[in-house]
Amino acid sequence: MRNSLYKKSIISINDLKRKELELVLNKSFSLKKKPEPNLLKNKIIASCFFEASTRTRLSFETAIYRLGATMVGFSDGNNISLKKKGETLADTISVISSYVDGIIIRHPQEGSARLAVEFSNKIPIFNAGDGANQHPTQTLLDLFTIQETQNRLTHLNIAMVGDLKYGRTVHSLTQALAKFNNNKFFFISPDALIMPNHINDMLDKKEIYWKRYKNIEEVISEIDILYMTRIQKERLDSTEYTNEKSKFVLHTQTLKNARDNLKILHPLPRIDEIDRDVDNTPYAWYFKQAANGIYARQAILSLVLIEQHS
Amino acid sequence: MQINKLQVEAIRSGSVIDHIPANIGFKLLSLFRFTETEKRITIGLNLPSKKLGKKDIIKIENTFLSDDQINQLAIYSPYATVNYINEYNLVEKIFPTLPETINRILICPNSNCVSNHNFITSSFIFKKDKFENIHLKCQYCEKEFSKNIVLSYQ
Repeated sequence: MRNSLYKKSIISINDLKRKELELVLNKSFSLKKKPEPNLLKNKIIASCFFEASTRTRLSFETAIYRLGATMVGFSDGNNISLKKKGETLADTISVISSYVDGIIIRHPQEGSARLAVEFSNKIPIFNAGDGANQHPTQTLLDLFTIQETQNRLTHLNIAMVGDLKYGRTVHSLTQALAKFNNNKFFFISPDALIMPNHINDMLDKKEIYWKRYKNIEEVISEIDILYMTRIQKERLDSTEYTNEKSKFVLHTQTLKNARDNLKILHPLPRIDEIDRDVDNTPYAWYFKQAANGIYARQAILSLVLIEQHS
Repeated sequence: MQINKLQVEAIRSGSVIDHIPANIGFKLLSLFRFTETEKRITIGLNLPSKKLGKKDIIKIENTFLSDDQINQLAIYSPYATVNYINEYNLVEKIFPTLPETINRILICPNSNCVSNHNFITSSFIFKKDKFENIHLKCQYCEKEFSKNIVLSYQ
């Protein structure tokens, strides 16, 4: 069957319609259930990591190999000759696009993936993170994990905790879940790290429920998904950090009134915002979430690079 | 009107950008790269204006602005008018309206935006919030800024 993602660059979760998100999720489920080791057998994919990102890179590269594709690329932008010779990103992408069928790009500058599309001669670009901006495949694996654990992406109560101001994962996930009906958002963060206005305005425009809360205990009995993020020490002054930190650390006793279906997600790396004891509860799902990255990335790579899917 | 004619030389053919807020005239000249042309340009600063108190005016001979340029004027000069002149007569008067996007002339205030590092032109889309305030969203880094922040960043 023909798919609307064929040859489309994946730059921002905002660019994907609900139907396209569903297409990726269905393909992710299908690949998890039934691997297709030769699906991209004759494809060559460039993995261009201009900054280090071990988890995302290994996840993408594993996805490439699991689909039978061949990979070329680099994992440290500082050590490539292109950088040392002073070549622009635009020229680099223009050259690489003449070698391969798709380009995965991770770059420290925001908007770099969008720029890459302009110079890739219609070779699809996969954004693996552009600065603090977008990381669409992280959101796709988040959505996949939510759907897998809750059997739906609608009528969910989702709490997001931690650095909601700078955390791109919570911004993108909110934008994506806002495309599905009757979801409610519970935002829990220090005053200095609240969700930006443009996200709240978007929810208001769509008449979607959202509210700020002071701590996790206030909402624990109502939520289906608890999405934890790291509070970045460097974003708060030291006194504020010490005062605030304890309110946003998840302990097993915080979970005593949790719903049975509650799942705790985290984009990782986890520092100390989730107590290690929580790992042993049935609610902890962050490592399975990370493992799902392989399926979500296989799905997006195959949908973009192969027109027809069975 | 008679006073302005005396203060700023009339042009035979071309564009007159009128009702520019005082002190914005020079800025427009550089932002819109009007000075990069060989055409004759006359500029009047701090002229008396009924609408604005004081205004600037720019006259460019034998040049007609593109629709994009006209609409981009609305960002800096919401009350500006663009008059097209032929044989010293006014042949068309245009009132700029805010465009949907604005390319090239603004700089993204996000210092980590790729548009500030890669010899490419900036690109913003206009958005209004629920209070009707105008925001500009960078099409590269996807950050939103209030109009004044972007304009004051130039």
